[in-house]
Amino acid sequence: MTPQDFDYLRKLLRERSGLVLSAEKQYLAESRLVPVARRHAIATLGELVGKIKANEMSPLAMEVVEAMTTNETFFFRDKVPFDHIRETILPALITARAREKRIRIWCTAASTGQEPYSIAMILREFNAQLAGYRTEIIATDISGEVLARAKAGIYSQFEVQRGLPIQQLVKYFSQVGETWQIAPEIRAMVQFRPLNLLKDFSALGTFDLVFCRNVLIYFDQDTKIQVLNRIVRQMPETGFLALGAAETVVGLTDAFKPMPDRRGLYVPNLTKAVRPESNVLKFALKA
Amino acid sequence: MKTCLVVDDSSVIRKVARRILEGLDFKIEEAEDGEQALIACRQRLPEAILLDWNMPRMDGYEFLRMLRRLPGGDGPKVVFCTTENDVAHIARALHAGANEYIMKPFDKEIVEAKFQEVGLI
Repeated sequence: MTPQDFDYLRKLLRERSGLVLSAEKQYLAESRLVPVARRHAIATLGELVGKIKANEMSPLAMEVVEAMTTNETFFFRDKVPFDHIRETILPALITARAREKRIRIWCTAASTGQEPYSIAMILREFNAQLAGYRTEIIATDISGEVLARAKAGIYSQFEVQRGLPIQQLVKYFSQVGETWQIAPEIRAMVQFRPLNLLKDFSALGTFDLVFCRNVLIYFDQDTKIQVLNRIVRQMPETGFLALGAAETVVGLTDAFKPMPDRRGLYVPNLTKAVRPESNVLKFALKA
Repeated sequence: MKTCLVVDDSSVIRKVARRILEGLDFKIEEAEDGEQALIACRQRLPEAILLDWNMPRMDGYEFLRMLRRLPGGDGPKVVFCTTENDVAHIARALHAGANEYIMKPFDKEIVEAKFQEVGLI
């Protein structure tokens, strides 16, 4: 692949997904695109780029964008955010939502499903406290291919050994040949939907907890700010935002503020956030 | 420094496990079967035991049952590391007092994740 081809692919990836691939990552793009070229019987990566240039809206172009995204994930990744769910978030939400009895959770980049299924397993632990509550987990990702894997809930022996306690494996998975499939009742708790975070996501509704972990690190500064400011509009004042260990809102937006002593956890900043109510007011003033 | 007793009849597996666990700051002792492991545990209980299932003389399951009956034998965190990768074996191991379970083949990431899970690192 020529440097010009790589520059073109970086631009395409950024426009379509917001992801920024640095100039030294050409080797990464090549290793991820060779299998795509092979699948379509395309001899060289140069030829692949040529076909995309000829039709940027083709399914092949989307496949290339998806192939270049990072889908690294595992069950209960980093542990701490899941401790926050058990110790801080769910106890607070169960109290705060005692009247409407509805809790909605959004995993913004669900990849192959380990994160939303980890949350679903925690919700099961809270079955007694959540009796009478309607809980929803919406799991989105830009890649249709990983979402198809996520929906099937089938994982390799290697995948179920990264972060998943053995007791949970025995309790919630069944062995299918060399693989392990998560139980139907856990799968039924998660709704998977394709979504590009650059596009409008207001139709998803509001969420009490948003897991947006290890997503922002791939975006440039402006995209990070824009995504965070749109996420806060989808959250009530008593909602929670969980970011990845290497991510923060500090220096990006005042819409969220860090929760003291809860690493990676943020809450809407009531004095700064652009609330949905503000829009209502704006329209009222216009009228 | 915590001590981990690696119990496996394969010298290759013991060598691989030693390399991984030394990288995680463990002092390593080795045993080739359950009998040797039990002798070592009667002298001094380690903090962690990485345990194969199928071994000559005394297998890992039998060793675990005997270990848990020793004075202080409930102390060591026991992580099975075996090719017996079906639910029935896992359930038996947990029932006998295993803390975690690694299905072979394994790598550094898996060992690290499992040792983290039981609070060893």
